[in-house]
Amino acid sequence: MTFVVPFGPQHPALKEPEYFRFEVKGEEIIDLNVRLGYIHRGIERALQERSYLHNIYLAERICGICNVAHTTAYCQTIEQLANIEVPDRARFIRTILCELERIHSHLLWAGVAAHEIGFNTLFMFFWRDRELVLDLKEMISGNRQISASNTLGGVRRDVKPEYVPTMLRVLNKLEKETKYYIDVCTSDRTILARCMGVGVLTKEDAIKLCIVGPTTRASGVDVDIRRDDPYAAYDEISFKVIIEREGDVLAKVIVRLREILESIRIIRQALKALPRGPLRTKVAPKIEPNEALGRIEAPRGELLYYAISNGTDKPERIRVRPPTYANIPSFKPMFVGGTIAEIPIVMASIDPCFACTDRVTLVDSHTGKARVVSFDELRGRRK
Amino acid sequence: MGLVSFFRRKSPWLLHFDTGGCNGCSIEVVATIIPRHDIERFGMQVRGSPRHADILVVTGPITKQAKDRIIRIYEQMPEPKMVVAVGSCPASGCVFYDCYNVVGPLDKFIPVNAYVPGCPPKPEAIIFALVKALEKV
Repeated sequence: MTFVVPFGPQHPALKEPEYFRFEVKGEEIIDLNVRLGYIHRGIERALQERSYLHNIYLAERICGICNVAHTTAYCQTIEQLANIEVPDRARFIRTILCELERIHSHLLWAGVAAHEIGFNTLFMFFWRDRELVLDLKEMISGNRQISASNTLGGVRRDVKPEYVPTMLRVLNKLEKETKYYIDVCTSDRTILARCMGVGVLTKEDAIKLCIVGPTTRASGVDVDIRRDDPYAAYDEISFKVIIEREGDVLAKVIVRLREILESIRIIRQALKALPRGPLRTKVAPKIEPNEALGRIEAPRGELLYYAISNGTDKPERIRVRPPTYANIPSFKPMFVGGTIAEIPIVMASIDPCFACTDRVTLVDSHTGKARVVSFDELRGRRK
Repeated sequence: MGLVSFFRRKSPWLLHFDTGGCNGCSIEVVATIIPRHDIERFGMQVRGSPRHADILVVTGPITKQAKDRIIRIYEQMPEPKMVVAVGSCPASGCVFYDCYNVVGPLDKFIPVNAYVPGCPPKPEAIIFALVKALEKV
């Protein structure tokens, strides 16, 4: 006898409204179903109705967490459309901002994951250090979250020479803390008990389902757009692509934490090699008919923009494929066979960002409903 | 001030619901509970259930899908209840004002006690609005 456990749309695990239907037999999960679309806003349509310059602000608000990734991908695609070269200094500043965002996003995720396994102290530690990164972002771009720093043809704000010592000091502190966190996550018994061997995604499944980003790198697949298809200034910077073999939640934690260390190295190199020169080139408001595809490595994986121009100041069509959308199929191999208690941490393990994903609605049909557990009952179980 | 409202002011519990935002405000709402900002100084806690909550914190423009849910969550909360709209989106729609799936500002559907402008507002601003809202109890 199986019964159905609904999860969402307002639920304690994630801050975003999504609905999951888990079919369980006793404690074991037999099947699951995802219903998206609670925060579908119609952004792709709105992108077609605004001018290229207005669209930066809209693309930025597809996702507040990875806003620099979205604007970088958007600006890069439109620059390709209009055949514009970005000044060197702007390319390096974009790299610095992208990496700062990766650090803050990974720390945010690590905190959420710690919260999901009931380790609230660690959550507070991660988020305390995340504030340091947000301070740097605020110093460079003037805002903590939505940076509004990228623009067509370059960046809007400079990394002034007087910022560099502060940045290096904060990065040193972060590096020390991150090393300590890696130590904690690989040795703490609570974390090992909750994460090791849980929610395993095998390498075969990861390749078959086209999973992207840290989720696939934790399963041993060697992909990283920063290295495979360099953008911004990544071709002039040396860094390692972090791979783990196990594919469980622990591997996903370790991959993200080690990526923070790599990001710190990248920022140090970029600050050292920061060339002099202008920040932006002029871009004409109208763009000749053309099409372009841009992809970057957002904190959650490959982010893809496709744009068609038609000679006016508005795009004909812009398509956005965010990383979480590509990662949703991985839920099934990770959940099926697991237990109800694993739901929050495994769900959090792909670092889902539904604000990005919900421009598309994914509907899956299923039958076999037996009993519905109320939200309160489910919450009572989680307390 | 009566005894009941005195105690109500001392430990209001929050419920956060994202009605379609970009996550920017959502993480700033979560950032209010971390050591640097620490809203537990005011006795506030973020809880998971509408039945425990005194203050509903709403982020994001109201989408067609989320409209019914936000009304239902509001109805499930016990009296007296308050609503704080965080960010420009629930106040006006922000950049999403003319998107086809966005049905309008939050105050069209449920009463709102305080607005926090900004995209996204800083955690300090959110705490200020919550404390202001409490003064009305």
